[in-house]
Amino acid sequence: MTDMAGENGAGDQAMSQGDLFSKFDGIIQQRETLLSSGVADPFSLVMEKVLSPTRAICNGRETILLGTYNYMGMTFDPDVIAAGKSALDNFGSGTTGSRVLNGTYQGHKECEEALKEFYAMDHAMVFSTGYQANLGIISTIAGKEDYIVLDIDSHASIWDGCALGNAQIVPFKHNDIEAMEKRLRRIPEGAGKLVVLEGVYSMLGDIAPLKEMIAVAKKYDAMVLVDEAHSMGFIGPNGRGVAEEQGVLDDVDFVIGTFSKSVGTVGGFCVSNHPKFEVMRLVCRPYVFTASLPPSVVATAATSIRKLMHGGAKRAHLWENSRTLHGGLKDLGFQIGTETPQSAIIAVIMPDLERGAAMWEALLHEGLYVNLARPPATPANMTLLRCSLCAEHSVEQVQTILGMFERAGKAVGII
Amino acid sequence: MDRTEVETRIRSLIEPFNKKNVAITDASTFAGDLEFDSLTVMDFVAAIEDEFDIIISMNQQAEIENFGQLVDAVCKLQDD
Ligand SMILES: Cc1ncc(COP(=O)(O)O)c(C=O)c1O
Repeated sequence: MTDMAGENGAGDQAMSQGDLFSKFDGIIQQRETLLSSGVADPFSLVMEKVLSPTRAICNGRETILLGTYNYMGMTFDPDVIAAGKSALDNFGSGTTGSRVLNGTYQGHKECEEALKEFYAMDHAMVFSTGYQANLGIISTIAGKEDYIVLDIDSHASIWDGCALGNAQIVPFKHNDIEAMEKRLRRIPEGAGKLVVLEGVYSMLGDIAPLKEMIAVAKKYDAMVLVDEAHSMGFIGPNGRGVAEEQGVLDDVDFVIGTFSKSVGTVGGFCVSNHPKFEVMRLVCRPYVFTASLPPSVVATAATSIRKLMHGGAKRAHLWENSRTLHGGLKDLGFQIGTETPQSAIIAVIMPDLERGAAMWEALLHEGLYVNLARPPATPANMTLLRCSLCAEHSVEQVQTILGMFERAGKAVGII
Repeated sequence: MDRTEVETRIRSLIEPFNKKNVAITDASTFAGDLEFDSLTVMDFVAAIEDEFDIIISMNQQAEIENFGQLVDAVCKLQDD
């Protein structure tokens, strides 16, 4: 009836002469049709120079970055950069090994200590990416006999983790507490249960009713994993995410996060208070069978995480930016993914892929980069221009951005 | 509940999703004949789950291609 983890957009063409690539003909065709209409390819942009967390040179033009998930603007923080340089000098360019063999350096332990302090949790495990953190933790804890109850709009790394572990997958309608409860209630007695949720859903920028959902999960004795990739550093009193904001972090068994957004480098992690958590380092294949992060990366991550603990002023400015952009775009007549600004993601809903791509290109000509999201990655087959704000966007930049949206929207005929 | 009754109930549940009024037989496929996309599948499966108070996991859904297989699967899940 369905593909387990999304669709690749291919038609049902019979394999021609055994070419394994013929299953992609549908997607190749769709892309060619789009490009033949004359728009620039939205998926092959090159940043020629990066000037700051909010500015880069693209196609020779200075461009404001509004689609990079660099929420806290840590990528050019002087302390972060100094820590990375020093680690490069003192520990070399890479570890050439797995965390469980020769790939655990002082820096990896310091990074895990920083995470434990940041989340006030007993255990922290650093992975090479957030994708691998979800893949590893989910596939390792939920096996063939176990049930995973998850939101239908979950990130690809969550779906892939479910598939890798061969668990019984039971999705429910996005953010629908009742649908989630019904599914938990029907799971056979005695079966293992894992509920997987996200704090912020990155397509529309909406947040989950974690308080209610986690209460339901606990009622049915399910373990709970929350992916807080898009909330770290600016949601919750200590920036620990939506679960902290809603006062239910203590009931979350596993928090998954990434260094590729607020932290401003690359890597992923899981933090937990589970007393047996450390066994994960021995049994989690996406942790064991891959090389650990380079010393410079964990040094920048640890420094950034510690600075995020004291990022109150930046956080307030990020929220101000989010409110200004959300309100401004709404006033201009754009349709936004959420009624109110709930996160640092503002998703502008496009009428269709063609006008979405045209609008994306018009904005790029104005000197603005946003993120184009299209089916099948999007909910309800929407085409979205996803804007993610940065704490380093100035008040003036946000006004400039609104002006760009107004001109481009009128030129393309969307407003 | 016997197979005939399960089938009758599923037939009435499928109606709002059968936008093109395809004549349904046991061999009718969801992806092909009925042109269900993934969102339709989710809503349709939820309707069946609620009606029969069962779970059809995605792993089980992957094995179900046509109407007859769905009726069989629901009968079996009911007996479990
Ligand atoms: C919700 C969610 N989880 C996990 C990830 C994966 O993070 P990473 O970029 O570290 O692989 C992302 C990033 O795209 C995400 O949006």
